Amino acid sequence: MTGAALPLAVVLSSAVPGIAIFFLGEERHLARTALNLVGAVAKIALLAAAVAGVAGGTAYEWRAAFLPGIDLVLRVDAPALLFAVLSGALWLLTTVYAVAYLEGAPHRSRFFGFFSLCVSASMGVALAGNLVTFLVFYELLTLTTWPLVVHRGTPKALRGGRIYLAYTLSGSALLLAGVAWMHAVAGPVEFTARGVIAALDAPPSTLRAIFALMAAGIGVKAALVPLHGWLPEAMVAPAPVSALLHAVAVVKAGAFGIVRLVYDVYGIESGERLGVLAPLAAVAGVTIVWGSFRALFQDDLKRRLAYSTVSQVSYVVLGTAIVGSISTVGGLVHLVHQGIMKITLFFCAGNLAETLGVHAVSELRGAGRRMPLTMAAFTVAALGMIGLPPFAGFVSKWYLGVGGLEAGQGWVVLVLAASSLLNAAYFMPILRAAWLEPRVEPWPHEVRGRYEAALGLLVPPLVTAALVVLAGLFAGSDLSPLGWAKLVVGREYGP
Amino acid sequence: MSGAAWAIGAVLVPLAGATAALVGGARAGRWVGLATAGASAACAGGLASAVLAGGTVRHRVGGWGAPLGIELRADGLSALMLVMVAAVGIAVTVSAAAYFGGAGGGEEQGRRRLLFWPLWLFLWAALDALFLAADVFNVYVTLELVGLSAVGLVALAGDRAALGAAARYLVLALLGSLAYLLGVGLLYAGLGTLDAGGIRAALGPGLLATAAGALVLGGLALKAALFPLHGWLPPAHAGAPAPVSAALSALVVKAAFYLLVRFTREILPGAALPRAEVLLGALGAAGIVWGSLQALRQDRLKGVVAYSTVAQLGYLFLFFPLARDAGAATALSGAGLFALAHALAKAALFLASGAILKALPSDRLDGLAGLGSRMPLTAAAVAVASVSILALPPSGGFAGKWLLLSTAFATGRWGWAVPMLLGGVLAAGYSFRVLERAIASTPGDAPPVRAPLAMELSALALALAAFAVGLVPWAPLRLLGAGGALAGVAP
Repeated sequence: MTGAALPLAVVLSSAVPGIAIFFLGEERHLARTALNLVGAVAKIALLAAAVAGVAGGTAYEWRAAFLPGIDLVLRVDAPALLFAVLSGALWLLTTVYAVAYLEGAPHRSRFFGFFSLCVSASMGVALAGNLVTFLVFYELLTLTTWPLVVHRGTPKALRGGRIYLAYTLSGSALLLAGVAWMHAVAGPVEFTARGVIAALDAPPSTLRAIFALMAAGIGVKAALVPLHGWLPEAMVAPAPVSALLHAVAVVKAGAFGIVRLVYDVYGIESGERLGVLAPLAAVAGVTIVWGSFRALFQDDLKRRLAYSTVSQVSYVVLGTAIVGSISTVGGLVHLVHQGIMKITLFFCAGNLAETLGVHAVSELRGAGRRMPLTMAAFTVAALGMIGLPPFAGFVSKWYLGVGGLEAGQGWVVLVLAASSLLNAAYFMPILRAAWLEPRVEPWPHEVRGRYEAALGLLVPPLVTAALVVLAGLFAGSDLSPLGWAKLVVGREYGP
Repeated sequence: MSGAAWAIGAVLVPLAGATAALVGGARAGRWVGLATAGASAACAGGLASAVLAGGTVRHRVGGWGAPLGIELRADGLSALMLVMVAAVGIAVTVSAAAYFGGAGGGEEQGRRRLLFWPLWLFLWAALDALFLAADVFNVYVTLELVGLSAVGLVALAGDRAALGAAARYLVLALLGSLAYLLGVGLLYAGLGTLDAGGIRAALGPGLLATAAGALVLGGLALKAALFPLHGWLPPAHAGAPAPVSAALSALVVKAAFYLLVRFTREILPGAALPRAEVLLGALGAAGIVWGSLQALRQDRLKGVVAYSTVAQLGYLFLFFPLARDAGAATALSGAGLFALAHALAKAALFLASGAILKALPSDRLDGLAGLGSRMPLTAAAVAVASVSILALPPSGGFAGKWLLLSTAFATGRWGWAVPMLLGGVLAAGYSFRVLERAIASTPGDAPPVRAPLAMELSALALALAAFAVGLVPWAPLRLLGAGGALAGVAP
């Protein structure tokens, strides 16, 4: 595959099946599933080829004329692959999960159509080579996720959808203002390692204002406090959609956008000189603690996980905003680690809801005995979130903490410690109830089958839980998320 | 054929079609309509390619030049407007053939069928003539013809509300053209010429310029439904039969806006009305907010769509303050793209409303629950068109808004960016109020319903076209830039 076709194919490998699915009849389950899986597998194959190529130094770029003086650019570079591979791999697992989860539910053509388009949009966010292309796919992502959030069509779902749009589209307006202003100041901004700001002679106040507009606009999707209110409300969506929002696409697109903004638009040195990084780090620190704190008080399992996401995604932002290569590695690797851990938790929460009718933390007594595999996966991911070795989350926290010390920002360690304590405080009661407390009363709504849950629901969380263990154990390998994050950082900070 | 022949065809073909439809009667109407639409669109396409290849096309009808004769002039902007009329026109014609078509429906429906085709084709001819007119008196004639045929089309629905709306529309349309005519009369009395170039050369700043300019711009602003002169628009556009609403909201209001652009950029010297641009922009900004807030309060789909037009026209008026000095070329590209995208998307929404009204008892928003599964093609048309109305990327609306927004930032007039950004959020409010009905679950299982396929498909085609403009914005911009309308910005 040539250099220009590959990025385009990565985006289209989910868009084409998605559009085809809209035209399939509602009853064509087999054809739909086949289209989904072919798309997902093709995407992974394409991404694997890209990883091999980029590691070897090949550049892949697709470019087309768009607005006057502005091209649409899709480029495969090292940071792009970090997000794209995560998204692509989790898409396959989420598709398997969603097919099983939605069996017998209405409107599946619409669901899987938008589901695929949504993944295409996040691929576009990952591969966007300039600000305007990023903006285009970032907005497409908003549009294609909304039908998934309101999928059930109930008044409650519609309300969640309205809140989602109110936040994200207001963020869009800010981001659009920032991008248009930046365009007026700097011309078309291509994402470039070490940024493009240093060469400009624009007044610092203008550059600071533009940074604030763009960071606020992107911060809505990254659920930075106080822009996080939509995330718990969007929990009305079906479990596979929650997985998509939290791990595959939306929140990740926000965190990834912050990474692009800091490293590839402003550049870490210019950002530090302008003084925009310290406020960003402070917001991230507040978000980390506040999200964990709020999670303590949520009895609804999915809402507790949602607040946990608010907190955990800001690890990425924190690592990005602290100047220093080690914390950057921590932030970037957490982009992947948070994804695999959180998707495991949401898969498991979905299984509990589907199989036992359990939605609340207070109803979990004895779940470990009834669904040992599901709860084992949940436990691995929860321990990872707390940051215990040898799980993936430990690696992230280690690099973030050491990076904070290296940069002379000791408060980072305090934030991490506080957050870890809170993580333990909201996860441990779940584990204790599930494993140690006996069940006496019947389950709220039990479905019995051959296995503890349908296979399509059981295998994906087991796979992702295994990834959580492997990413921690083999963090030293070049192919691990950590290895790749180091490669990215080497190129951002390198000579 | 030469460019001039295409230009003449663009006016004469729909005019001949209107005559044929009048003579042929109700039975022949829709076939005449379809054939005429195809031929007129071909003329617009031919003219556009001639302009693209050779720049501005000029033709003196009968060999008589200014100041006595009729001169046709097609530069990039005119050609783009003609293409816009053709694209919307074909879809409206196809949809109307199904909407007014078929036998039955009683005497009332027969009367509508009889009158719709001549009036619509006549409106098409008048619009083409207006976009090609090169002197300010011919502009008056075409403006009056556009207004009168539009009033006739609004009255077509025949019920009390429609007749009331049509009467109001008639009064305001006449008032607008009267003010315009007075202004032109003053210019002729003072300068002795009606030719655009002649006026520009002879008119200096002074009382004459101010008085004539105020009358002309005021009259046109009334016709373009500039806030607070917009009151006539929502009842007329929401009350008319759906294909008519599409033509009015997409095309007719653009004609007045187009003339405002011509007058402020080419005919009246900047010194004539120094504050006019800022005033037009400020009222446009108010229109964005007011129209959107009213759209949020409507309980019928056509009401939402009609108020959305008031808001969207407001964006176009931001062109005037943005187009001063350095911003001119980019602002014109932005306004041109925005007008084109709005025409396509707005016509799509009205044609979709027409399909809904054929299949369901009303277009009340409460009754649209589950539209996504009951009428998937129409729901898709509404969704795709809304993306362009929301100006989200990569739709045509976004491309236009982006260029206007970049002008605001590049020229340091960033205050004008605020209403545009706010307008986007407000548009999301009213658009998603409609779209969430499409996904809302229905009590019981509402069965799928059918509207004539031609109506559903014509709406969807327009919506996709509005979206496609955003994927290849350079294509319409190249046409707009041909013939020097946009010197220096063609990509």
